[in-house]
Amino acid sequence: MNNRQSLVDYNLVTAHFIAALTFLVVALTAGFLYSLQFLGHYPLSGIEFFSPGRVRMVHTNAIAYGWLLNGLIAGMYWVIPRMSGYTVLSKTLSWLIFWVLQILVLATAVGILGGYAQGIEWGETPIFVDPFIVLGLALLAINLIPPILKASKDAPLYVSLWYFTGASIWVILVYIMGNYLPQFFVPGAAGAAIAGNFIHDLVALLVTPVGWGLMYFFVPTIIKKPIWSHSLSLIGFWGLAFFYPMQGMHHFMWSPVPMHVQYSAVVATVAIEVVVTSVLANFIMTLRGSGNYLINNYPIRWMYTGMIFYWVTCFQCAIQVTLTVQKLIHFTDWVVGHAHLVMFGVFSFWLIGIITELWPRLTGKEWYSQSLHGWAYWLVTLGLTIMFIDLAIAGVMQGFTWWGLNPFIDSIRFSVPFWFVRTLSGLMIIAGILCLVYNLYMTVRAENAYEARPVIA
Amino acid sequence: MKSAMKERFIFVFLVAGIGFFITGFIFQMLGPLFFLRNIPMKSVEELVQEDVDAEFYQLAEDYPDEFQKAFGEPTAAAYAAALRLGRDIYIKEACWHCHSQYVRPIANEPVRYGAVSVASEYQNELEMPVLFGTRRVGPDLIRESMVHSNDWHVAHFYDPPSVQPGSVMPSYKWFYDENGRPNKKGLAITAYVQWLGSWHRR
Repeated sequence: MNNRQSLVDYNLVTAHFIAALTFLVVALTAGFLYSLQFLGHYPLSGIEFFSPGRVRMVHTNAIAYGWLLNGLIAGMYWVIPRMSGYTVLSKTLSWLIFWVLQILVLATAVGILGGYAQGIEWGETPIFVDPFIVLGLALLAINLIPPILKASKDAPLYVSLWYFTGASIWVILVYIMGNYLPQFFVPGAAGAAIAGNFIHDLVALLVTPVGWGLMYFFVPTIIKKPIWSHSLSLIGFWGLAFFYPMQGMHHFMWSPVPMHVQYSAVVATVAIEVVVTSVLANFIMTLRGSGNYLINNYPIRWMYTGMIFYWVTCFQCAIQVTLTVQKLIHFTDWVVGHAHLVMFGVFSFWLIGIITELWPRLTGKEWYSQSLHGWAYWLVTLGLTIMFIDLAIAGVMQGFTWWGLNPFIDSIRFSVPFWFVRTLSGLMIIAGILCLVYNLYMTVRAENAYEARPVIA
Repeated sequence: MKSAMKERFIFVFLVAGIGFFITGFIFQMLGPLFFLRNIPMKSVEELVQEDVDAEFYQLAEDYPDEFQKAFGEPTAAAYAAALRLGRDIYIKEACWHCHSQYVRPIANEPVRYGAVSVASEYQNELEMPVLFGTRRVGPDLIRESMVHSNDWHVAHFYDPPSVQPGSVMPSYKWFYDENGRPNKKGLAITAYVQWLGSWHRR
């Protein structure tokens, strides 16, 4: 076990986490600023560079590429060498990828603010940044695949590595498909089919598989029990791999895209709910008998809360994707709430759990404060829950004012109280994250340094 | 060992990683492309050959000096240039994140906005990338042509609540010169918004 530990470049993992948290704070700030526009109090009004529409795109892109991608990569750098027993291809390449990623995320933010955004949702990365991102993702795959390949020669791979294998190629294919085809080759409704799939696949084929791969590693190692069922993890992986690439069209229901393509997306989306439930059942059964971890162990608490949110969001997805429900809630804040539950409630919770688990081991220091963990958890969890419920109700209300042929401005007027609550709940999330960041910072600075790194897994 | 094939790198990589992605790609993405293959693709030049909107001539009359400086005479070529620039502004200011561009055949939308959208309306250069949008903070815009006057749009982009009380749309003061008259950007985005759905009036 000791030499497995030496396979991991601790500084690299730490650097990715620090970059991730920096972009998380940027994204939260951008989201808070943007939400003020809805209350008529945008502080930077009239400044072209900080126009609310552009700040909105920085908010989403900083979350996807700055926070989640950085954090997930850090997780893979920790997990893959440990699981496979081999280092990643090259330390130099790892650091090159690290700096390339940070520069590209910065270039994306500055490019969007400067007015070079691309007209593709989640793909607003300026056109001149796209080729470098594809190159960076290819380098990442080249860096991460060799240890998996070597381990595969020794023995069958553990489930985490299936997910990482899939994701390493999916992310490249998805990125090229989404950023190039609708932009240069496929117009109109057929282009919308591709753009819709890109919106979906960025979450489904990048964030989700890497996230689950990390969960399949961290949960059993923390609670020191094997995963409950190997068969269920097989079903979960192959179900995800098969159904997820077939459902992106559900972002454009009732649109001019041919109807039978829309129907097939509905079927695939409802089907994935069955798969998701099997994965959740596997993790719940793994935890059975170790429920005290939810109370005593903050990483496990973050991770399982994220999993519950994952099930909620997928259940919501199976319902809202139907053509009937789409009539009411499409185009409304309901979907915005759903997106926050996915990108923040699920994957950000998992990443925070992973950071909370690894930070003392990466820095070799004891936690500065346990109570700050509690504050961070409850502020973020309550803030997000309030935001989700608030936006869901707002969405239904907006849908009814449109359907009922009220003057359009009614949907704005009636939404303002909901948007006010949304901003407050966002502030709770920001406060929670600041508790976490402060705790991480003070832990590094702590005098009671903890020289020996504990040897686990 | 053979039973564990599905837990080997090469099987996961080829079947799940590449195979399933391509399956999804064929059904979900090449499918629509195939079914819509008979709709001709139009360039902006072909679009403006059909008609130059009356609003575009009106813009040239309302703001003669600014229009002359930005686009010269209100010709078809100038209209094409204005539409292209307007579409680019629509993208980079993220208009499409708060305004959709399709009318659904449900929820009274044909009553509110007008004719239901069909695929052929989108088979042109200005809808590449497609600007369907996924959120309506503000109303749908695909039937916006002539719903409001040029003057309304020029006042609205400058300060939305001044013409639409309660609006949460940001102001776009950089669409205007120092005298508060629309510059090239302001004229272009107005021309573009007035173009959206103009084919339905003819």
